[in-house]
Amino acid sequence: MKESVGVDLTGLGRRFIEGLGGLCGFEERFHVKVDEGTGEGYGWVPTMRPIAKYIEYGVVNLDKPPGPTSHEVVAWVKRLLNVQKAGHGGTLELPVF
Amino acid sequence: MSSMTKLIGYVMHSSKEYVCVMQLHRHVAEEDLRRVLREFTGTIYQRPPLRSSVKRSVRRRNVYEIELLEYSGSMALMRVSCDAGTYMRKLCWDIGLMLGVGAHMRELRRIRTGPFTENLNLVRLQELSEAVYAWRSEGREDLIRRAIMPGEVLVCQMPKIVLRDTAVESIVNGAKLAAPGVAMVSNRVKKGELVALLTLKGELVAVGRSLMDYNEVLEASRGIVVEPVRVVLEPGLYPRAWKRGEQGRAP
Repeated sequence: MKESVGVDLTGLGRRFIEGLGGLCGFEERFHVKVDEGTGEGYGWVPTMRPIAKYIEYGVVNLDKPPGPTSHEVVAWVKRLLNVQKAGHGGTLELPVF
Repeated sequence: MSSMTKLIGYVMHSSKEYVCVMQLHRHVAEEDLRRVLREFTGTIYQRPPLRSSVKRSVRRRNVYEIELLEYSGSMALMRVSCDAGTYMRKLCWDIGLMLGVGAHMRELRRIRTGPFTENLNLVRLQELSEAVYAWRSEGREDLIRRAIMPGEVLVCQMPKIVLRDTAVESIVNGAKLAAPGVAMVSNRVKKGELVALLTLKGELVAVGRSLMDYNEVLEASRGIVVEPVRVVLEPGLYPRAWKRGEQGRAP
């Protein structure tokens, strides 16, 4: 069993899903088509993934320092976290030239 | 990290927001500057600069907003929200041309890429490295869980459809989403647009294109609802709900 028995996974999942849009000001309402819960023993509420999985399915909003390139920073982060694959989606801080 | 790299393109090609310092080559009246900034709001035409990584043909880009934050002497501090692929250096140059005095960009900071703003849990490299250290040496996970966010935040700006547990594994294996596999649907789902498919636990399964508006999804008892374009969740996590030899549709 991957989750401890007795945790309300459906409720926690629902809260996570309904809170997702709010993280970036996206407003939406959910309508139930089939009123059904989720089962125990498979999958995880994203915030409750075991740490290795949490990292594998994670993203970092990294404040890139002005010196190194994005490519270099990605290489550092890969080594730091010991992950095979990492990428970047553009940087917040850009070098000035 | 690994799994979510597939979605980077969707984030990179979404809108951006910058704060930039523009140096005018001569002072102009603030009202003239404001008028020209208004002219550069909306659809603009831009030829990418000489040193750029794309083909240098004139492109159309939307500038959603230019806010003049400060103006003193010949320096203007502005906040610009625009499509991906809008060149700020070029924008400053063109504003200078339009004002007739010339201008160039002095400083630039991007403050938003798609959903990623400076307020959304921005971490420094040093903080990340300390979090990893605390985890590896002391087994403390709390810092790392704070520095790293679940990759699901990548789709926070996409309308969402929540799958029944029985539909998850077939989507992961490449099936299209049929109406009976839907548990919940967001009122923002639109035909022809991208949607995120989530499990009832909240895990991102895939990103796909919706073939129905949300009210159609709610009413449909059969038919294909979404064609997945990028599957994120790994196979084998959810139980297989279909019989051997049966293929193609979910659940």
